[in-house]
Amino acid sequence: MPFLIRSTLVYAIPLMIVALAGVFSERSGIINLALEGIMIFGAFIGVLFVRIMQSAGWFDAAKAAGSWMTLQGYLMLAMLVSAVLGAVFSLLLAFAAINLRADQTIGGTALNMLSPALVLFFVRIMAKQNELLLLSGDSASWFMIKKTMLGYDKKAKLGFFGSTFIDKVYLTTYVCILVFIILSIILYKTRFGLRLRSCGENPQAADSLGINVTKMRYAGVCISGALAGMGGFVYSVTTANCSANGDVAGFGFLALAVMIFGNWKPLNIAGGALLFGLFKCVAASYSTLDINGDGVFALANAGISSHVYRLLPYVITLLVLAFTSKSSRAPKAEGIPYDKSKR
Amino acid sequence: MSENNSFWQRDSVKSLLASIISILIGLIAGTLLIAVVGFTNENMGGKAVWEGVRLVLLGVFSTGRDAAGNLTFGFNPVSMGNMFFRAIPLVLTGLSVAIAYKTGLFNIGASGQYLAGTAATLFIALSVPVGTLPSGVIWLLAFIGGMLAGALWGAIPGALKALLNINEVIACIMTNWIAANLVTWMFDASNLKNAVEGTKTAYIYKTTYGRVVEDGVTTYVSGKGVSTPKMFLDKLFPGSQINGGIIIAALLAIIVYVMLNKTTFGYELKACGFNRHAAKYAGIKDKRNIILSMAIAGAMAGAAGSLYYLSGNTEFFWSTYQSLPAEGFNGIAVALLAVNNPIGVVFTGIFMSMLNIAGLQLKNLTSYNEYITDVIIAVIVYLSAFSLVIKMWLSRKKKVIALRAVEERGEQSAAERKEVSK
Repeated sequence: MPFLIRSTLVYAIPLMIVALAGVFSERSGIINLALEGIMIFGAFIGVLFVRIMQSAGWFDAAKAAGSWMTLQGYLMLAMLVSAVLGAVFSLLLAFAAINLRADQTIGGTALNMLSPALVLFFVRIMAKQNELLLLSGDSASWFMIKKTMLGYDKKAKLGFFGSTFIDKVYLTTYVCILVFIILSIILYKTRFGLRLRSCGENPQAADSLGINVTKMRYAGVCISGALAGMGGFVYSVTTANCSANGDVAGFGFLALAVMIFGNWKPLNIAGGALLFGLFKCVAASYSTLDINGDGVFALANAGISSHVYRLLPYVITLLVLAFTSKSSRAPKAEGIPYDKSKR
Repeated sequence: MSENNSFWQRDSVKSLLASIISILIGLIAGTLLIAVVGFTNENMGGKAVWEGVRLVLLGVFSTGRDAAGNLTFGFNPVSMGNMFFRAIPLVLTGLSVAIAYKTGLFNIGASGQYLAGTAATLFIALSVPVGTLPSGVIWLLAFIGGMLAGALWGAIPGALKALLNINEVIACIMTNWIAANLVTWMFDASNLKNAVEGTKTAYIYKTTYGRVVEDGVTTYVSGKGVSTPKMFLDKLFPGSQINGGIIIAALLAIIVYVMLNKTTFGYELKACGFNRHAAKYAGIKDKRNIILSMAIAGAMAGAAGSLYYLSGNTEFFWSTYQSLPAEGFNGIAVALLAVNNPIGVVFTGIFMSMLNIAGLQLKNLTSYNEYITDVIIAVIVYLSAFSLVIKMWLSRKKKVIALRAVEERGEQSAAERKEVSK
C-alpha cells in the first residue's frame, strides 16, 4: 500500500500542477494547448541546469560534505530555473495570442512542435544521442529522500505514515502540493485572482471597470508557463530518471484532459489527477503491485493483458468526459482574442 | 493600375503571399539557428555553417561530397523520388486536417487515424493467403480497409463532439493514445511480427511478404505479397522508393476539392464551419455533417498510413504505445501552410517532404541533425497562426502604395482619395 500511494503521487503530481497551469491560462481567456511543449522545454532546461551544476563540481562537493540538504537546495534551484524559462517560452504563445490575436489552438500546436524539435536539436549536438542524461549518478541517488538521511536507522520501521510520506520520496512532491495550494488560494481569494478570472469570463466588462485585460492575460499565460515548465522538470526527475529526450509521454495533453475533467476548478483537478495517477501507476507497475501487502500480486495474477492497463487512463477519460460534458463549464471568453471595440 | 491592384487584393493571392512570407521567415530562423550553433561550437565554425545553410536550402539536390570533401549539388534521383514518396502521407494527413478545418473542427487526431489505417491495411494485406485472390484485389481491399478504419477512428471524436459536445481536441488526443495502445496490442497478439529476418521482430512484415498456407502451416514468403504499382515513376527516379501512391494522393486531393467547392454536401460542411447554429437554422443537419466531416478526414489520414506501408519497402515498428507518429502533427503544418486549400495541400506536402529530405542530408553529411527541419516547420506553423495579421499588413501596404500613386497623379479629388484609403 505505501508503494501504491507513493507511486500514484509520482504520476499525479506533475499532472496536477500542469493542469493548474492550464487553469491559470484558460481562466484568463487564453487556451494553452502548448502545455506539453512547455513541459518538454522545462524538463530540458532543468536537466541542463543540473548538468551545469554537476560540471561545476557542486554536487560532488555536497556529497563529500554529506550534506543532503544542500542537494535538495540545488534541486529547488533547478525547479525555479525551469519555471522561469518555462514562463519565458510561454511568452511566445502570449505574444501571438494577445498582441497579434492569432488562433490560439494553432499557436499552441506550433509550440508543441517547436519545443521537441529545438530540444532534440540541441540534445543531439550536446550528447550525440537522443537523450540528455546526468553527467554522473542518477535521479534517485542525488535527490531521493531516504530514511537514513533523516536520522533513522536503516532497519527502523516507520509505520504506515512514515514509509508512505517520508521514506523514498522526492521533495518536489511537497513543493508542488504547496505551490498548488497557494496558487489556488490566490486564484479564488485575492483581488488579482478575481480580476484574472473576470478576464476569462467577460473581458469587455472587466476592461470597463479599469482592469488591464492584456496585462492580466499575460500574467495568466506566464504563470501557466512557469507551472508547466516546473511540472516538466518534476516529471523528468521523478519518472524519467532526470533525463531529457524531447518527450513527456503525453503528460501535457493528459493534464489538459484532467483540467477539463476537473471543470477548471483546483479541488476537482486534484481529485482527477489522483485518479489518473492511480491508473498510470497501475499501468506502469501492475506486475509488481502488492496492494494489501500479503505477498500476492493480485493484478498480475488476474491474467489481464498489460495493454488493458495501459489503455485504461485514456478510455476512462473519454467515458468520464462523456458523462460529465453536460455540466462542463469552460470560461466563457476562452479562445476569443480580446477586441476592445466589440461589445 | 486598377487591374493590377485587384489582382494583389485578391484573398487567395494574399493567402499565398502570407504563406510564402511564413516559409521565408521559417527558413531564415533555421539558418540563424545553424549559424549560432556553428559559430559557438568549437568543433564546427564558418565552413560547417556554410555547408549547413546550403544543405537546408538545397538538400534535395545534394549529391554527397567529392574527393576533396566539398559538397556537390546536382540532380539526385534517389532524393527526388524519396521526396515524392514521403510526401504521400504528408499530403493525405494535410488533406485530413484541412477537411476538418473547413467544418470548423481542429483534427489533432490524424496520428491515431493514421495508425488505425496502417493497422487495418497491414492486417488485410498479410492475412489473405496468396493465390486465393488476385494480388490487385488484395491491394485494393487493404487500401479501402485502411481508409475505412481511419474513417471509423475519425468518426468517434466527431460523434463525441456532435452528440455530447465534448471538445474535439481532447477527444482526438485520447483517441490517438487509444489507437496507439490498441495497435500495439493487436500486433503483439498477432503472428505478423517479422520472424523471417532474424533481428526484425520489432517490425511487421512488409506487404511484399505473402501468406502461404501449406498443410495448415502458415509461412510468410518474401516477394509473394502486394505493393503499390510504380506507374513507371521508378524509371524517372531510379533507386528511390517512389510509387504510384503520390498520384493517388493527388487524385484524392482533387476529389476533396471538388467535393468541398462544387457539391451541396461540401457547401453544407462549410456552412457548419462558418456558423453551426446558423447552418442548423437553415435546415442543415449539423450533427450529421460534423460526424461525416471527421469520418472523411479520418479516411484521408487512414489512406496516408495505408499508402505509406503498402509501398512494399517500408516496415512498421509495431510497439507504438509510447509515441505517436509524427505524420499526424506534420499534417497540421501542411494544411495550415496551404490555408486549408486541398490543391494547395499537395504542394505544401511536397515542400515539407523536401525539408525532411534536406534534414536527412544534413544528418548524413554534417554534424548537424535532422531536427533543424522540425524547428523550421514549427516556426512556419507558428507564423501561420497569425497569417491573418500578415494578410492585413499586406493589404495595408498595398493601400499605401495605391494612395501614393493617386497622390502623385493628382487626378482624383480628396473625396475619392478617402474612398481608396478605406
